Order: sequence, then C-alpha cells, then structure tokens
Amino acid sequence: MATGSLAGEKDEHSLGFEETELRLGLPGGGSGGEGDVGKNSGKRAFAETIDLKLKLEAAVDTKDMAAEAPAVKMKRSSSQMSVAASATGPEKPPALKAQVVGWPPVRSHRRSMLAVQSEKPSKEDGERPAGSLAAFVKVCVDGAPYLRKIDLKMYRSYQELTVALQKMFGSFAGVSSSCASRGTNGGDSMNEGKLVDLITGSEFVPTYEDKDGDWMLVGDVPWEMFVESCKRLRLMKGSEAVGLAPKSLEKCKNRS
Amino acid sequence: MREERSDMSEDDDGGGEEKDSWAPGLGVAGKSRGAPDPLPPPLCDQVLENVIENVLQFLSSRRDRNAASLVCRSWYRAEAQTRRELFIGNCYAVSPRRAIDRFRCVRSLVLKGKPRFADFGLVPVGWGAHFSPWASAMAAGYPWLEKICLKRMSVTDDDLSLLALSFPFFKGLTLICCDGFSTAGLAVFAEKCRHLRLLDLIEDYFEEEEYEVVDWISKFPQTTTSLETLGFDCLLSAVNFEALEALIARSPALRQLRVNHHVTVDQLRRLMVLAPQLTHLGTGSFRSPEEGEGMEHEAHLVSAFAASRSLVSLSGFREVAPQFLPAIYPVCSNITFLNFSFAEITAEELKPVIRHCHNLQNFWVLDTVRDEGLQAVAATCKDLRELRVFPLDATEDSEGFVSDVGLTAISDGCRKLQSILYFCQRMTNKAVLTMSKNCQELVVFRLCIMGRHLPDHHTGEPMDEGFGAIVMNCKKLTRLAVSGLLTDKAFGYIGKYGKSIRTLSVAFAGNSDMGLRYVLEGCPKLQKLEIRDSPFGDAALLSGIHHYYNMRFLWMSSCKLSHRGCEDVARRLPHLVVEVIRDRPEADDEAVEKLYMYRSLVGRRNDAPPFVKIL
Repeated sequence: MATGSLAGEKDEHSLGFEETELRLGLPGGGSGGEGDVGKNSGKRAFAETIDLKLKLEAAVDTKDMAAEAPAVKMKRSSSQMSVAASATGPEKPPALKAQVVGWPPVRSHRRSMLAVQSEKPSKEDGERPAGSLAAFVKVCVDGAPYLRKIDLKMYRSYQELTVALQKMFGSFAGVSSSCASRGTNGGDSMNEGKLVDLITGSEFVPTYEDKDGDWMLVGDVPWEMFVESCKRLRLMKGSEAVGLAPKSLEKCKNRS
Repeated sequence: MREERSDMSEDDDGGGEEKDSWAPGLGVAGKSRGAPDPLPPPLCDQVLENVIENVLQFLSSRRDRNAASLVCRSWYRAEAQTRRELFIGNCYAVSPRRAIDRFRCVRSLVLKGKPRFADFGLVPVGWGAHFSPWASAMAAGYPWLEKICLKRMSVTDDDLSLLALSFPFFKGLTLICCDGFSTAGLAVFAEKCRHLRLLDLIEDYFEEEEYEVVDWISKFPQTTTSLETLGFDCLLSAVNFEALEALIARSPALRQLRVNHHVTVDQLRRLMVLAPQLTHLGTGSFRSPEEGEGMEHEAHLVSAFAASRSLVSLSGFREVAPQFLPAIYPVCSNITFLNFSFAEITAEELKPVIRHCHNLQNFWVLDTVRDEGLQAVAATCKDLRELRVFPLDATEDSEGFVSDVGLTAISDGCRKLQSILYFCQRMTNKAVLTMSKNCQELVVFRLCIMGRHLPDHHTGEPMDEGFGAIVMNCKKLTRLAVSGLLTDKAFGYIGKYGKSIRTLSVAFAGNSDMGLRYVLEGCPKLQKLEIRDSPFGDAALLSGIHHYYNMRFLWMSSCKLSHRGCEDVARRLPHLVVEVIRDRPEADDEAVEKLYMYRSLVGRRNDAPPFVKIL
C-alpha cells in the first residue's frame, strides 16, 4: 500500500525543522494495512516518531512505556486507544479489539456535549464524576465541521494521542503510508502515517495552544508537561504551520 | 413546523418523494421523466382541472399526492400546481431545476442530504449535500417560499444570507445536523428576515473560534417580532443574554424556546418570567454558576415553572444540579415530552420527578438512571409512546448501566410504546421477546448492544431469536436497528416477517451473503438500508437488483464488496448512482470500503469530491 511518491515528500514539507516537528505516526511503524500489530516494531516506531529532544529527556520513560504499552492496551477498558493499526479496515479478529470509528452510533454532538459537562469541576454534592482529574481539551481539525473534545489524561504518550486522533478524524483525514519504502532499522520514519488532508494531499501538523496562549507544535515538551499546559489542540494544514517552530524553540530554551 | 423534534429522525411517512413510479418501461400518463407537459389542455378539461385543483389542495399527505398525480395528465398537472410542501429525501435524487419546473407553488421545502452514517463520522468531510445550488434555484423559482427544513446538508453563511434576502415572506428555518455555517450567517439571517416565526437549530455543527463568534441575537428586529419558535441548544458559543432577554420580551408569540448550556438557571428563570406562555422549553444548563445559592433561587424557580401553565415539553438540563429538579414538579403532570438525555442523574434523582409525569409520551434519558430508573418510568408513564435511553459512556467497552431488566420493565409497564432506542451492554433474547409480545404498537425498534458481537448474556446464544420475535410479533414495525451477536438466521426472520420494514440498520452482524439476500429478497417495503462491518459481498449485493429502484438508498461500509460487483450493479441499473467512497488515497484497491448508492432522476452528480468515485 505504500507509495514511493510520499517518501519524497518529507524533504519538501519538513521546512528544515525536522528536529522540532512531530510526525503523527502509527504504532508498529505500520502503514494502513493489516499485519502491523507486531510488538517488535512498536518500540522502534515510537522512538522514531517523537523528535530527538524528547528522546534526550525521557529516553528511559519512552522505552518503558512503549514496552508495556501493548500489554497495557489490551487490559484497559473504555479507553480510546487501539491495539491494531488500522481502524477502518475490514473486521479484525476479536482478540485484537480495536475501537472503531462511529461505534456505538452516538452523534458527535452528544459525545462532545457530555464531555463538556464532565469537564466542569464538581463543586456541589459530587454529582459529577471525577471531572477534576480529567484534562479535557478541544480538538479541531482545519476543515472538519465539528470540534471534538478529548481527555488528555487518558493517554500516556504522544503516540497514544496520535492514535486516538486518527480514530477520531480518520474518516476525514487519510493516513499516508510510506513505511515500506523506508527500510527497517532506524531510518527516517517521520513520514509514516502522517495525517493527510484527503482533498489537498497536504499534511496536518498538530499544534496546541498552551497556558500562555501561544501556539506550539505538538511534541516539543515531555508528555506530562504537555498535558498540563495544553489548552486546546488544532491540526493545522501544513502550509499554515510555518513560523511556529522558531517560537517554540525559543520558548523551550527559555524554560530550560 | 412540527411539534416534536423527534419526528425528523424517525422514518418518514412515505417513500415517494416527488418522483412517481420507478418502472421506466411503463408509459404511465403524467409520470415525470422529462419536461413538464408543454401543451395546454382543451377548454373543457381546463374547467375540470380547476375543479380538481380545488379538491386536491386539501390533500396533504405526499403519498396520497404521489398517487393522485399518477391518475392522468390532468390530475398530474393539478397536483403539481397545488402541492405546497415539497419533501425531497435525497437531495441528489433530483435537481432543483426539475423540482421547480414541476411544482410551481411550493411554500415549504424539506430537503435531506448526507446519509445517516455521516452522523457517526463515516462520511468524509466534503462529501457533498451542498445547499447552495438549491438556495439559488429557489431564490429564483419560489419567491413565495415560507419554510425550509434541512437535514444533514452543508449550509454556508452565504446561503443563509441569500435565504433572508430572497424570500420576503419567509417564516421558518429548521436546520438539523447541518454544518458549514456560523453565527455570522445567523446574524445576517436574523437581521434580514423581518417576519421570521421559526428558527430551530437542532444538533448542528459549529466550528468557529471564540473570537469569530458574532452576537446574532442582537440582530433580530428591534420591534415586536413574530417569533414563535427559537431553538439554539446545540450552539457551542454563548449568546448575549441581555439581548436575548430583550428579544423574548418583545416576542409575544413565542411558544418554543430552547437555549444552550451557557444559560444558567437564574437566567432561565428570568426568561421564563418574560414568557409564561411557552409550551416548549429547553432549559440550558439548569445549574447555578455559584455555589450555595440555595433556597432562594430554588423558590423563585418553582414559581416560574408554576406560572408556566402551558408547558408540555421540557429539554436541556445540560449540567443539571439536582437540587433544582423539584422546581419542575408543577409542570410534570402536563408534560408529554421530557428530554433528560444530557442529565447525568441517578435513579434516586429521577424517581421523584417521574412520579408526577403521568402524561408523558416521549422520554429521552441517560442510562445513568439504570434499570431502577426505568422501572420507575414503567410504573408511572402508562401513556409512553417513545423511549430513548442514551449511554453516558458511548464506547464499546463501557460498563453499561441498563440491561434486559430495564427493557422488560418498560415493556411490562408501557404497553402503548411505539418507538424505542436503547443503548446497553447486557441484553437477553427473552427480554426482547417479552417486549415484542407486550408492545404490539411498536413501529420503531432500535436496540444497540454496544459491545460488538455480544450474545445473550444469560444463555450465550446469538440474539437471533429476540429480533426474530420483534419482526414476527410487531406487525406495525417499519424501522429496525439490530445489534449484538447475530447470525444469518436473524436476517432470515427479518426477510420472512418484516414485510412492513422500511428502514433497516445493521452493524457487525451476519455470517454470509445469505443474510443480506434474505433481506433484499424478503422485504418489499425496504427503502433505506444501512450496513456496516458485516460479511456481505457482491453476490448479496446483486441479489437486490430487482429492488434498488424502490429504495431511497443503500449504504454498505466495511463489508466484502469489490469494485467488480459494484460496477455490475451500476451497469445494470442506469438510474442508480453508485458511489464508492475512499478513506485513503490508494486508488487501486479492488475492495470497496464504502458504498453509497441511490436512485436518481438526474444521473451522477457534478459536485463529487476526488475521494468519491461514481461508477
């Protein structure tokens, strides 16, 4: 399913900011096809899809999390993670129960409204479930007609977040698949599984608004810090993301 | 327009939109295939036609009208002249031009666009259903247009502006599950539409950034308005409350008001005091932003409800603070529609309320009330016609708070039930069977067992027998949605007994092509069929060739279809538009991920995006 043409896109789109850009990648370094569930590739893909900075700061953490991630994913119920790569493919065997798009059939309006409600801290009588432990942020995708809300606390890594976003907007944005041409070890898999606007073919760049109101590229900071500071998420069209990186670089320098 | 918002999401009254029969070979006089009749009738026929027109104008049902139009040319013309309400169930089945050419005097239009599975994210953005071509055509063709109701259409702000400017007599706009517009469009619409009586926004999608939000409420005419219905409970942004208050104050005809979750309970009270004549109220958040406001607020709220003697419908309760619930007691015995489907309340919190609701006919609720809550409903609401139980946690692994117990209780207590939508995780064939026997009036049965392929949780068997009992025993059933572990046997039952079924929704069910074949060969009234993630392939698809022209649409996603099979259908049925929708850009895939096909008088559409391939 991989196409060679996408392999070359990286250079054109990277804008020279490889080090700071997060590419949304599928677990298992896979394309959209089946058979990429292998736990072996999970670790590698995770490390590759997060930028170098992250590796330096949290190398131990990421490796641990990636290693336990497959097992954890199996156990966790009512989560938005998926085990397998493709969610919109044909029926998976029951053992690999992936969350599918649009099931159960509840309108997104209802889903997001209930998410909004849970977000409000429960002051009286505990009539709300533990909303204060959640970190709900709005997610919008340029061009999509609906906003979604997700609870960042449900994910433990950028990778999990990525997968969830793909689930949510999978019917809207395609996933470019170019890993086959990449080779197996190391290599640059930044291109794999990027969210791609189906109409224009340009990539989506995940950005977020932090507590200071600045728009940053997702992936610059350790996951926990990101969860604390992220107010909302926006998947921007690649062309609009120019100019974000330098600011975020500076900010990180100032922070550390 | 219509009283209950639930109407539009139910199955429709009839299959024929403005098309007549679909047997192209029949030379039925008056059947519309090309331009309207160019020759004027002879004089004596003209007199007769006038007479017929005078009679036909009393016909309101579109099925009756479709039948009348088939009698002869004269009746066809007379009917076309007198049809005031035009219903188009699929905007791509006919062109605006054709509709306007045939029906010259339309005052009210209902137009539906995207397939229903678009609500669940299965249809990529940009697929179509654009309102713009219709808007411009009607601006030219129907200057007396008064009402428009759109469902699952893409409506732009420009469209709203065009509407407001083109129709001097415009009275009512209803938008259901629409997208593409913003508060900016609403502002223009509110400002320019001077005689507006109805604006109802129902589960529409808004995408604006906060800084883009426009104060549209302030744009309504500053004089006394004709507003009868104003609903914006799906609006994500807050409205200018002072302006809203002032608007209500100068809208003496207002009967229906549905505010969004930004309106606090105290603000609600102020609005209610201004409009004690309301019949339908959407209550917004139904909580107070400050803690410990307590008794004072509650007392005032009670008196506001007590003064609203005409209330028959309550909704909202988006963030309900339970201490305010008793305020609605004064109206409970009058209300026929209660929508608690955003209220996370327990059985204990529900019981004191529902106990008063003797006349309740439509009840929407969250499963947080559990089986116990449903038992309380069954005990009191003997007149219940429609029940919808939504899941708080809409994921397939969720705990699920209601079960076969609740369903059984409802079926025991609410014998007049006509329509049910029930999300759960645990269900038994026995409970479904019980309902099929107790509730003979069932027209709509939609059971969603959220976990995929879940069997009867007592016996471990498939849910075949339960659904079989429903189609066997409920003779009035026209709409069915199935779930849980289902084999082809279930579909055998549906094909054998479901002779009145018009809408069928299938997910993760069946073993083989036979399943779909049973349905296509057995259900003569089938009009809308939506299937996902079920192992039906080309052979099954082909088995419906004899029937597809009688249907509004067929949707199949994540099944076992191939291009070859779909092309086969397309070739054999030239009036069918066969769309293959791709999620991913791979063009060479032989497997068809998503198929959407529908009959059309105008052939393939010209606005299909690149990811749609029309065969």
